Amino acid sequence: MSTRASTLTGRIMSAPSIIVLFLWMAVPLGMTIYFSFLRYNLLSPGTEEWIGTLNYEFFLTDPAFFASLTNTLLLVGSVLVITVVGGILLGLMLDQPIFGRGVLRLLVIAPFFIMPTVNALVWKNLLMDPVSGMFAWIASLFGLPAIDWFTNAPLTSIIIMVSWQWLPFAVLILLTALQSLDRDQKEAAQMDGAGPVAIFFYITLPHLSRAITVVVLIETIFLLTVFAEIFVTTGGGPGLATTNIAFLVYTQALLQFDVGGASAGGIVAVILANIVAIFLIRLIGKNLDK
Amino acid sequence: MESKQTPLGYVSFSVFAWIVGLLIFFPIFWMVLTSFKTELEAVSIPPSFISFDWTLENYAEVQQRSNYFKFAMNSVILAVGSTLVGLVFAVTCAWAMAFNPTKRTKDALLWMLSTKMMPPVGVLVPIYLVFRDWGLLDTRFGLIMVLFLMNLPIMVWMLYTYFKEIPTDILEAARMDGATLPKEIIFVLLPMAVPGIASTMLLNIILAWNEAFWTLNLTTSDAAPLTAFIASYSSPEGLFWAKLSAASTLAVAPILVIGWFSQKQLVRGLTFGAVK
Repeated sequence: MSTRASTLTGRIMSAPSIIVLFLWMAVPLGMTIYFSFLRYNLLSPGTEEWIGTLNYEFFLTDPAFFASLTNTLLLVGSVLVITVVGGILLGLMLDQPIFGRGVLRLLVIAPFFIMPTVNALVWKNLLMDPVSGMFAWIASLFGLPAIDWFTNAPLTSIIIMVSWQWLPFAVLILLTALQSLDRDQKEAAQMDGAGPVAIFFYITLPHLSRAITVVVLIETIFLLTVFAEIFVTTGGGPGLATTNIAFLVYTQALLQFDVGGASAGGIVAVILANIVAIFLIRLIGKNLDK
Repeated sequence: MESKQTPLGYVSFSVFAWIVGLLIFFPIFWMVLTSFKTELEAVSIPPSFISFDWTLENYAEVQQRSNYFKFAMNSVILAVGSTLVGLVFAVTCAWAMAFNPTKRTKDALLWMLSTKMMPPVGVLVPIYLVFRDWGLLDTRFGLIMVLFLMNLPIMVWMLYTYFKEIPTDILEAARMDGATLPKEIIFVLLPMAVPGIASTMLLNIILAWNEAFWTLNLTTSDAAPLTAFIASYSSPEGLFWAKLSAASTLAVAPILVIGWFSQKQLVRGLTFGAVK
């Protein structure tokens, strides 16, 4: 149905969005790439000069880079495992007949709507505080010593907070996928004598595989850049214990004013994210053809 | 697995499920409860669940001491502003892509999606410098632009998946009847597109309201929204849990309500239509 005129209108109408997005992403990215080859510190203006790949060499050989890369991978990996496994279990649970299921589902989904700074401070103080927190009190009920979460297990604390926030996302998507599962298929399998475990592994899980992939890919993209939770609780510490790549780049740019080094770090982060993004875009692109 | 459940099985499974659900919801419940306590009771051990002096003092004090209202207004302006600007761009773009597709439409959509995959730290430095040089740091206008651009790909995608579901026969029928393009949009397309546009708006308001990378890095006070306001409680300065809870409760309440209303549409928006 697309005549030449309507094609032209289509182009004109979609152009503004494409142009502003291009300006927003491509231009700054180009600048970041350019800065990453410069000696450029905001504290000593006027001394900018081309230094080739030196920033990258410094960034990649900095022990802080290795530490933050490890932290990033641990954070992303742990949260993925917790939210996907938890999401499947909770999804299965909410797919059953339950008294007041609609309300219950709202309660389970709620954490996703809590802003990251609130999430972080409520967990850090009200729940995880070693003196007056809820967890310390519960531990004392069992005669156990209180855990000083942010001193002794800082990364674990961040992982717990972030998992709590993203678990509902996994539940929401996996539950949606579960609800599209063909009931007849399950009933037929039951007639043939398949137990619940067999049904789960041979029917439910394969049906969920696409949704699980989507959850993993989208969460990874957001989790690679976790920032606010670290910013308001640990500030990356103690030491470098909770510094991820995003936070490292932030400290280099806005605390040490090392524009060149931070830009190199930013490009490394972009490359890491792109490895995941390629898979996601392919998957969604395939879906678009249907 | 779901099978012929006995009444006893139904009841016990319901009890189990509710315990799990309440545990997940507990941090929010506890935050709300703490907001009604005095600072002393907020940190008391053992914690008090019901038998404490309920007070609204914290809510009053949050407003008095730190001008909560200013930050809340900023949040509203940023979320609504970026959403409205976004809608103008996204509706026209998605409309064109859904009804006048070209060979490149699919590539354009995927390219837009790929901009969303860019980690913000990758462009933090230049955006910060440009904002500094153009005097946009800590301005609402600057942040509205950032939030609008950040969420534009999601808006276009979400609207696109909704518009795709509108039967094109109707549009052609309207065209046969002599409807011009503006009329076609206003009288035929928009009424059918309203649900999709509404859910896109809601999702975008949620995302903009909770955005905490750019709002923390590009504001200090004038344009600071609630995310930054709450972050200011992170410095340890004596007893402040009850006030923190009161401020937090106010900050999340509106978005919790919007979120609960739009949970179904959320899946579509956040997965770019890959899961419906």
